[in-house]
Amino acid sequence: MKKYLLDLRVKSVERIHQRYVLIKLTDDQPLPDMLPGQFVEIRVDGSPSTFLRRPISINFVDKANNELWLLVAAVGDGTKKLAQLQAGDLLNCLLPLGNGFTLPQHQDEKILLVGGGVGVAPLLYMGAEMQRMGCEPTFLLGARTKADLLMLDIFNRYGRVYVTTEDGSEGEKGFVTNHSLLQKEQFTRIATCGPTPMMKAVAAYAAKAEVECEVSLENLMACGLGACLCCVEKTTEGNLCVCKDGPVFNIRKLLWQV
Amino acid sequence: MASLNVNIKDLALKNPVMTASGTFGYGLEFADLMPLDGIGGIIVKGTTLKPREGNDYPRMAETASGMLNCVGLQNKGVDYFCEHIYPQIKDIDTNMIVNVSGSSPEDYAECAARIDALDKIPAIELNISCPNVKDGGMAFGVTCAGASAVVKAVRARYHKTLIVKLSPNVTAITEIAKAVEAEGADSVSLINTLMGMAIDIEKRKPLLSIKTGGLSGPAVKPVALRMVWQVAKAVKIPVIGLGGIACAKDAIEFLMAGATAIEIGTANFLDPTISIKVRDGINDWLDAHGCRSVQEIIGVID
Repeated sequence: MKKYLLDLRVKSVERIHQRYVLIKLTDDQPLPDMLPGQFVEIRVDGSPSTFLRRPISINFVDKANNELWLLVAAVGDGTKKLAQLQAGDLLNCLLPLGNGFTLPQHQDEKILLVGGGVGVAPLLYMGAEMQRMGCEPTFLLGARTKADLLMLDIFNRYGRVYVTTEDGSEGEKGFVTNHSLLQKEQFTRIATCGPTPMMKAVAAYAAKAEVECEVSLENLMACGLGACLCCVEKTTEGNLCVCKDGPVFNIRKLLWQV
Repeated sequence: MASLNVNIKDLALKNPVMTASGTFGYGLEFADLMPLDGIGGIIVKGTTLKPREGNDYPRMAETASGMLNCVGLQNKGVDYFCEHIYPQIKDIDTNMIVNVSGSSPEDYAECAARIDALDKIPAIELNISCPNVKDGGMAFGVTCAGASAVVKAVRARYHKTLIVKLSPNVTAITEIAKAVEAEGADSVSLINTLMGMAIDIEKRKPLLSIKTGGLSGPAVKPVALRMVWQVAKAVKIPVIGLGGIACAKDAIEFLMAGATAIEIGTANFLDPTISIKVRDGINDWLDAHGCRSVQEIIGVID
């Protein structure tokens, strides 16, 4: 897919949680085509300790309004600076990067999208694209508490949503891999994004249940283009770049012990 | 429009701006974003005789105005390069230069000889300065005897333009430069990264898998500039300057310090189109200062 370096205009910055902001970007030109699971490398201006671009996954593409949504966890100096953006600011974006999740091959596929924490971000666009293709997604979203579940109302627009919280304040208590849904229903494929321990647990479930499973990795990266070879992951094909050959990998390709 | 032409011995560059090895892939990764033929040369990823997996992750740490890396020369080997990469890059209309590394003088020479056979590769840059591999790399570049041995072996089997990339992790870089010049190097490029380190104080562990790595980015620029200036005075062969160049002003400083051409490295990660902007910025500066050629500013600092 053709890559672009664009100064996109901030349309809004909404604080949807103590730690998370939803940044909506737009442009005078139609935004480039982007796939669910791909990401954007953002230049952060005005943060002296932030030298490199920051990779942020594509949360949603609102084609009708020509908007690109980014769900950002304001955890470090760079992302905190992003959270301070104002409507009208320009954001220098390198996009779209990486491969993306495998889209449904036919409408009868039963795909489960499992997300945890800010890792739910790319699953929204994935679910929306699936619905557009006539293949309803099932979301299984986990968080620490009810307050940490992000964008639930929007997920509900695109498919069935199941929830776990660690404290039981919403949905079933425990981790996503404890949810009863996994005992009741059989899926043809799982796509997951979230903390590594969660993804490893999901991968272990998938391997045992003999379900195809894709995970989205977030190794530290510099260039985002497959040039610097900093963000490598060990795979059956040797070290591969998460930025270019990923961020989405089939678990069969990874050397995870699951 | 000033003339930007420069020559590295027999190698003609349409302008003095190149991209540094390991920061620009094979050029192809950047083809959507900028015209590859707009710059004077592209120095592709370090290539070795045998494939190398490189070091374990994590290989990168962000630092103040720069970054550390310990990639460790991950590449698929020279045969893969000749068979699969070369056909894709040979028609890019600029100097496609291969960075060559090895773990013995014989390795370097064999790798260089295979690249010598490729019509559209007019030059190699010999990496005797990689700080991230144990078995060779910088080990050769930190002594005059080691550097001489590698260059001598390669020179015997490589007949085109031979650039030798020098390590800054030495006591007297001018001595190494003179040693490789004496063995027939056509040019020296400097600096490779400076060895550095960073620690995660919560985990009480180094941030890099092999503990140390090479520092690059604007943080190293003054050191690089000083070394380029010293080496340019010490040798007669053309010097290629690199180390933290992030804008046209930086590039012009290196040219004034005595570099005939420059390489842009880490800045490619921040702005993948930066090399074109640096080229244009050099031209604009020359025009604004009434210079008809970039040659007028090369080495003006005594």
